[in-house]
Amino acid sequence: MEKRVTFKGIWLPLLLVLPQILITAIFFFYPAGQAIWQSLFIPDPFGLSMQWVGLGNFEYLLSDRFYRASFITTAVFSILVTVVSMGVALYLAILADRLIKGSGTYRTLLIWPYAVAPAVAGVLWLFMFNTRVGVVTWYLGLLGYDWNHVLNEGEAMGLVVVASAWGRISYNFLFFLAGLQAIPRSVIEAAAIDGAHFWTRFRTIVWPLLSPTTFFLLVVNIIYAFFETFGVIHTITSGGPQQATTILVYKVYSDGFVGQDLGSSAAQSVILLVIVSLLTVIQFKYIERRVHY
Amino acid sequence: MAEHSGMVEKRGAGLWLTHLGLIIGVAFIFFPIWLAFVASTVSQPEIVRPPMPLLPGDQFFENYSKALTAGINAPVALMLGNSLFMALGIAIGKIAISLLSAFAIVYFKFPGKKLFFWLIFLTLMLPVEVRIVPTYEVIANFGMLNSYQGLILPLIASATATFLFRQFFMTVPDELAEAARVDGAGPMRFFFDILLPMSRTNIAALFVILFIYGWNQYLWPLLITTDPSMNTIVMGIKQMFPSGDDIADWPVIMATSILAMVPPVLVVVGMQKLFIRGLVESEK
Repeated sequence: MEKRVTFKGIWLPLLLVLPQILITAIFFFYPAGQAIWQSLFIPDPFGLSMQWVGLGNFEYLLSDRFYRASFITTAVFSILVTVVSMGVALYLAILADRLIKGSGTYRTLLIWPYAVAPAVAGVLWLFMFNTRVGVVTWYLGLLGYDWNHVLNEGEAMGLVVVASAWGRISYNFLFFLAGLQAIPRSVIEAAAIDGAHFWTRFRTIVWPLLSPTTFFLLVVNIIYAFFETFGVIHTITSGGPQQATTILVYKVYSDGFVGQDLGSSAAQSVILLVIVSLLTVIQFKYIERRVHY
Repeated sequence: MAEHSGMVEKRGAGLWLTHLGLIIGVAFIFFPIWLAFVASTVSQPEIVRPPMPLLPGDQFFENYSKALTAGINAPVALMLGNSLFMALGIAIGKIAISLLSAFAIVYFKFPGKKLFFWLIFLTLMLPVEVRIVPTYEVIANFGMLNSYQGLILPLIASATATFLFRQFFMTVPDELAEAARVDGAGPMRFFFDILLPMSRTNIAALFVILFIYGWNQYLWPLLITTDPSMNTIVMGIKQMFPSGDDIADWPVIMATSILAMVPPVLVVVGMQKLFIRGLVESEK
């Protein structure tokens, strides 16, 4: 933790940490504190005064049908995004890992969508599935399927899941491929000599050795699905139809900025804060373990 | 490369199937972007009478120049400039304050060091999305709505970069600082002449990641830039859709989408090694 050789001085180091401490205090701790403080009040309709309600906002939220629905929507959405993007990425990484030549080329071809913003991914998929001009919608129509994610809740969910997972495949592919390439070839070849076929080798050797990567990606992807997919949802469905795609972050935004319900929005922020902290703790626990082993 | 080929790699038919699977994957990744590109090169009537063509048309120049110079709410060239400014501000700002604070935390003993360390540590991974309403109020009180400071400063308040530099500085041999001290060089001299040049690769890798992070921001610019001339390109695309039942100007919107992708994609592909390094390091 500590350097053996350190420089002398008290004011210089304080001066050096000052910019970061100031920015963190003003734009992080103060707003986070405000969120916790505001979550204990409800403002009057004119915004002139605040009334103390204690945990009232939380009690209200937890009994609110829409909030509970948003929790379930978030759970379904995050699980689907995580499973789809990790599944496709793992499949492609396994294929690329089997190549002697060319895996680098495929890596280059597959990693760059990482740079595509979730909001832009949303616009791209919206364009393909647009009810009026979408190409995919039109071909589905030829097959007799009437696609309309503006009205159909399941289709709306499917579209935001695919658009969110699509942009995430590169990231997962990169980590899976690195994880696969770190597995010693000799171990796998020894199993092959013993007559183990691909699936046996995968189940008994590759998958267990890959599990640290898989676990890490699981946590990171859930965090991604919780927060960074806001752009996808805002561009494609705006949380609709009938709040079918209103995930928790979207609800903080729509209650706080569109609905101007500050107390409730602050309470929702605090709940999200707790969820992220838990996920972070899980991740650090895991990293600690990885360092020790 | 024959000497490297083990017995578990595929040959013959299996090899072709492997390539086929990968090509299907690449096609799935590329298809939406290809369609967007095609849409940005054809005229509006070709799109509103589906199915749209699947090969590029001849309206490339018209659509892109219309987007860049006129746009719909604001010229896209202006939005590109805003995005560039915001992404550079976030990347450079975060790297600068993190280098300084990591240097102080690793190379000095001073009162409150532990406290500062934990204060910075606490900000790890709590995204701005979680505290949007109060952060918005802070920015509004400072009069920073529709300003670059407002776009940049709240997104600099995070500890990932500080952590990374701290870890890297811990691996720098003690002899270097020792030698600097014996030579009578002050701490800042050591920082600029030895530590900074040694951190070059780490700085570059982090820069790539932070640039993309800054460029792709959506919610925050959406909240604080109500003036179209301050919109960033990523959030500005959605603002180009008409409200109500009017038909969107798809060729211009798709040209803007392509323009929004080009800078970060160039950064990722052009600096692939640094990008992968930055990604792996910053997630450790």
